[in-house]
Amino acid sequence: MRYLLRRAAFYLLTAWAAITLNFLIPRMLPGDPVRSLIARFQGRISVEATESLYILFGLDEQKSLWQQYLDYWGNLLSGNLGLSFAYFPTPVVDIIEQSLPWTLALVGLSTILSFVLGTMLGVWVGWRRGTWADGLLPVTNFLSAIPYFWIGLIAIAVFAVAWPIFPASGGFDPGLIPSATPEFIGSAIYHGLLPAFTIVISSVAGWILGMRNMMVTVSSEDYVTVAHAKGLPERRVMIGYAARNAVLPNVSGFALSLGFIVGGTLVTEMVFTYPGIGYMLFQAVGAKDYPLMQGFFLIITLSVLVANMLADIAYAVLDPRTRQEG
Amino acid sequence: MTGEPVLEIRNLSVEYGYDADAVRVLRDVNLTLHAGEVLGLAGESGCGKSTLAYAATRLLPPPGIITGGEVVFTSTRDDRRYDLLTATDDELRATRWEDTAIVFQGAMNSLNPVYRIGRQLTDAISAHRPEQSARQRRDRAAELLDMVGIPADRLRSYPHQLSGGMRQRVMIAMALALEPQLVIMDEPTTALDVVMQRQILQQLADLRTRLGFSVVFITHDVSLLIELADRIAVMYAGEIVEDATASQMYRTPRHPYTDGLLHSFPPLHGPRQELGGIPGAPPDLMSLPRGCTFAPRCRVALDRCRDERPALTATAFADREPHRRVACFQHEREAAAIPPSLTVM
Ligand SMILES: Nc1ncnc2c1ncn2[C@@H]1O[C@H](COP(=O)(O)OP(=O)(O)OP(=O)(O)O)[C@@H](O)[C@H]1O
Ligand SMILES: [Mg+2]
Repeated sequence: MRYLLRRAAFYLLTAWAAITLNFLIPRMLPGDPVRSLIARFQGRISVEATESLYILFGLDEQKSLWQQYLDYWGNLLSGNLGLSFAYFPTPVVDIIEQSLPWTLALVGLSTILSFVLGTMLGVWVGWRRGTWADGLLPVTNFLSAIPYFWIGLIAIAVFAVAWPIFPASGGFDPGLIPSATPEFIGSAIYHGLLPAFTIVISSVAGWILGMRNMMVTVSSEDYVTVAHAKGLPERRVMIGYAARNAVLPNVSGFALSLGFIVGGTLVTEMVFTYPGIGYMLFQAVGAKDYPLMQGFFLIITLSVLVANMLADIAYAVLDPRTRQEG
Repeated sequence: MTGEPVLEIRNLSVEYGYDADAVRVLRDVNLTLHAGEVLGLAGESGCGKSTLAYAATRLLPPPGIITGGEVVFTSTRDDRRYDLLTATDDELRATRWEDTAIVFQGAMNSLNPVYRIGRQLTDAISAHRPEQSARQRRDRAAELLDMVGIPADRLRSYPHQLSGGMRQRVMIAMALALEPQLVIMDEPTTALDVVMQRQILQQLADLRTRLGFSVVFITHDVSLLIELADRIAVMYAGEIVEDATASQMYRTPRHPYTDGLLHSFPPLHGPRQELGGIPGAPPDLMSLPRGCTFAPRCRVALDRCRDERPALTATAFADREPHRRVACFQHEREAAAIPPSLTVM
């Protein structure tokens, strides 16, 4: 418990540092591009909106830095991240709210699926090392060597173009309006299958290899030999003694990859024109939409932090040694 | 106190590695353990003691391969008799821990770090005695800990919360969970300080008197075995070179290597003395000498010793010491003086 409290304090501090950096960095950059963009939108942006952008980007020279910082926190806590230039006058928060669920659902689910599948296969291959199961290894090595965009493009070429069973792009049928109807949800799942498949294919190999190697290492530990010597059923030795310990290093890797769900999916969403955070960020960069970019960076930083926190909690649950050391 | 044979190891050979790189670590080892007996297995580090323990229980980790021999277990409680090396996996699993339990050399790492002690004590019981209730198993686990002098509330501890000596005692308690007929102990006390070592050995002796199991006790400390064991087998470079009762071994070591071993350890009791030691180092198992493997280090080696390898046979005094065996051409030679401070207890 004390361990978790200490970690929580650590994370609060880190989050504060990240948010403060997010405040400071635009202030250190030369302000001209933002100023010129705001000038370009002059007349189309309301006076209050311009003011809030000035505050967000530190262009408000009438106020002291300290006052700006307080205003920035005030804006942040009331959920005001400014207005997007590219989708003017939509607030940045609304755009994030719209695109985040898509990314979380597609990339989140496929990352979890990939981890579970890869870990299970890795346990099995590692336990059966030296048998024909090792034949799976060259395949996984090959898969982990292919760049992701290549898998994505091939998947589109094969399953959407040459043999059109899946749509090549989008998150749902353009003819539908996003809502909670079965028709829309079905369409969203249908559109998600191909990108999810490519994500799983490209990342599962890493989990298999990592887990397999840990299984091989742990299998020669004395406590596994003891479990055999005790005449425990083989499944119990494999899962309770070997896999249970072998999975520990993979847990932190998994939590980190959860952190990259939000930020690290640019390529997938670009290849599949998927309406998630990555795609929107790509658009924002193209349109020099600074408020949107800043909002995304904040979300990405915070999600990495949350993932690290989950890793810590998972570790504390799975490994009794961390609980004590703290 | 020698009864019927419990474990008969016959011509057991083990190699590490495959094909051209293989090292023969055990060469035709023959050893018999009788009911109720404490058999000591001694020898320098690397001579193959642990390998013998693993091979005899069919737990040899890769790349170890058993290349020949048999290990016959004869139950003293019913009339089961089987060769461990040819039994099927399921047959073997059913008899493990029931017939033979082991305390491994690395008792420090023998406990699963993520399970509580209680769970690790009870899972062997639930695997072999599924009819027992969780309550019975827990009581038994508490009783086992009590037997080795650890309070029962430690059942809820994780291994990292125990001291090294406690972990070692937990492993001994675990080995006794199903009241096995044979317990193999591979250096169970080496990592401990002398006080703790004494305490554990004393507990072990008490438990054995009470429960009556046979013991194979592996150590490189012969002086310890002379106190502890009924019979001692001395290993050198993967072979048994002498096999005799503890008092015979101590009074008249017939193999020059045994003699050297007896002179290289300080006695547990008595005054300090000059240690003799054995000059030289054990041979490289990859390229053993043609004759006796000990000849290069032997003070009394003859030309014959360098050309021919002596077999492990009965001594020239078979009428006086019928069960004694030695692998030396010169075992009739007058034995070297016994270190005066080594006293048989
Ligand atoms: N996995 C392995 N691969 C190759 N050789 C091995 C392996 N394990 C052990 N050996 C060799 O087998 C020989 C016997 O090792 P073993 O562990 O049985 O010795 P030991 O008598 O128990 O020594 P100690 O007293 O140090 O425990 C050693 O020479 C060692 O180098
Ligand atoms: Mg050993």
